[in-house]
Amino acid sequence: MTEKKDKKEVLYSLIGIAVLLIVIIILEKTIPSTSILFSVLKKGAIYSLAAVSMNLLNGFTGLFSLGQAGFMLIGAYAYAILTMPVTIKLSDSVYKYYDCIVGFQLGLIPSMIIAGLIAALFAFLIGLPVLRLKSDYLAIATLGFAEIIRAIFQWDTIGPLTNGANVLRKYLDLTDVTLPFSNIPFPPTLFIFIVAGICIAIIKMLIDSSYGRAFKAIRDDEIAAEAMGIGLFKHKEMSFIISSFFAGISGALLSMYQYTVQASQFKTAMTYEILLIVVIGGIGSISGSCIGSFLFIACNEWWLRFLDESSNNILGLNIMRSGFRKVVFSIIIMIIVLFFSKGIMGEKEISIKRMVDRLRRKKPKPAVEEGAK
Amino acid sequence: MSDNVLRLSDITMQFGGVVAVDNLSLEVNEGQIVALIGPNGAGKTTAFNCITGVYEPTNGQVSFYDKVIVSNYPHGKMKKLYKGSNADKYVHEKILNPTPDKITRKGIARTFQNIRLWKSMTVFENVLTAKHLHAKQNIFTSTFRISHAEERRMREETALLLEEQDLLRFRDELATSLPYGLQRRLEIARALATSPKLLLLDEPAAGMNPQETQELGEFIVQIREKYGVTILMIEHHMDLVMQFSDQIYVIDFGELISHGTPAVVQADQRVIDAYLGVVEEDA
Repeated sequence: MTEKKDKKEVLYSLIGIAVLLIVIIILEKTIPSTSILFSVLKKGAIYSLAAVSMNLLNGFTGLFSLGQAGFMLIGAYAYAILTMPVTIKLSDSVYKYYDCIVGFQLGLIPSMIIAGLIAALFAFLIGLPVLRLKSDYLAIATLGFAEIIRAIFQWDTIGPLTNGANVLRKYLDLTDVTLPFSNIPFPPTLFIFIVAGICIAIIKMLIDSSYGRAFKAIRDDEIAAEAMGIGLFKHKEMSFIISSFFAGISGALLSMYQYTVQASQFKTAMTYEILLIVVIGGIGSISGSCIGSFLFIACNEWWLRFLDESSNNILGLNIMRSGFRKVVFSIIIMIIVLFFSKGIMGEKEISIKRMVDRLRRKKPKPAVEEGAK
Repeated sequence: MSDNVLRLSDITMQFGGVVAVDNLSLEVNEGQIVALIGPNGAGKTTAFNCITGVYEPTNGQVSFYDKVIVSNYPHGKMKKLYKGSNADKYVHEKILNPTPDKITRKGIARTFQNIRLWKSMTVFENVLTAKHLHAKQNIFTSTFRISHAEERRMREETALLLEEQDLLRFRDELATSLPYGLQRRLEIARALATSPKLLLLDEPAAGMNPQETQELGEFIVQIREKYGVTILMIEHHMDLVMQFSDQIYVIDFGELISHGTPAVVQADQRVIDAYLGVVEEDA
């Protein structure tokens, strides 16, 4: 692909992102903020970031890791502890049974970055032994570590830091986001979209760089990659650390969105949800992960809600009850997996340029799909 | 400055109780094309894997430009099991077992017996990715496009290399969609992209017809002239080996049975016996 084409592609993508952000701004101005649409959009964007960071590992480096929830937990806790005002830490309202040992408070953005860095540090340490394993064994080991992290965060002994198994709350959340140098509240959905968007853009840039190519080489053929001078352990460790950094940031975003954080919430089921999003969207496709994430959240929390209401009857059968949504949802997932065995996007990416080109041509010519950048 | 590029000294590779390579010593000199031949299962690829760091040899040393890059002696569990000779010769040397990527960084590149191209990548990306090992950019400068000049230089070099190998017209095709012969050629191009001084080719002509084999031989000679690389290859096509190599090493059951110029090896009775079998007198 020549550089000229590349530049055009970037330009179109930027226009696409700008349009998306403007739509969000307009939505936030017109629709009341209590609408379920916004919680779906927010959670969708947060899960997009988590899924893309998992995709960097599973889809682009070929490391089947299941530790995502653990790193999100670290990010969420780090963020909550760092941004909680000191007066609340000292009072009994949150740390009821412990004396909090973190006697300072940081700003919102620095805390978020530090949350990512702490998750990355844990990834570095866990990666040292674990990344020497392959495929299934790696999955089991990372899964185990995620569970260990969850257990440790609930441990009494480090209660002064993590408040034991109790809830953390009253830290800086989405309502505390303001425009820089003022007190005007920043639109919350827009904020999450911007943060998640920047992170996803960085991951995309990484994947297109020389290191990203080295990651893909490891995924395609480890032996060949090593024979061509790509240090396996070094590059796997890099990918693991970066993936966890962004998982940590998505954890921080999740804690902002939820107003409360508790370790028991970051179960293995959460990792599976993210894995499901990655698989449905397409392993090795960033736009696939984003689409998958919004579809998953929308189906799970919004569009299929009506199935749970037992007052709705179909053909006079009283089959609808709480939980029926999950049955339908499972069937939808099975259909997707049967008909799109490589996920919605496969390994391709959405390209606005290609869509524009196709519209201009008007005649729907059998398009060259492999051009996916 | 000696012109010795690669030297194997008493390399022995033992898997459990099986000695796959036994006391193999060979030398490759600057600018030569050296062939390593032998019947199936003779231990040729194992020898390659010992040089490139895939296996750690049980005993012996590998030197590259007179510098020891791999060194080992029977230790641990192997101490009791070891069946080869020279068990004490390298005991006082430091054990060196670098990973394959470190060997490649030193200037030894290889191809594989069964083609191992990166499947999801295009022809261009395959060669470009092989240039990653010499890149000076770190992960941040590379992600945020700060080292753009280097990236551009890598792309230019890749395009040039592909042009020289007559592969540029396929640059945006998937590597695996190329015909078999071109895939072999691409694999060699990819190995050349790591700027090696020594190129190890593992059965480059496998599955090729006589005409393709002839072309490949000329191609190998061309590469040697153009890039100044020394070549060590494993090959089964005797016409290719006899016509193009300067030195031939023959191994059988892991042992070196003959070496010398093609004419010398061809006349050696032990080589003929190894390939055709020995006529038993009582039969």
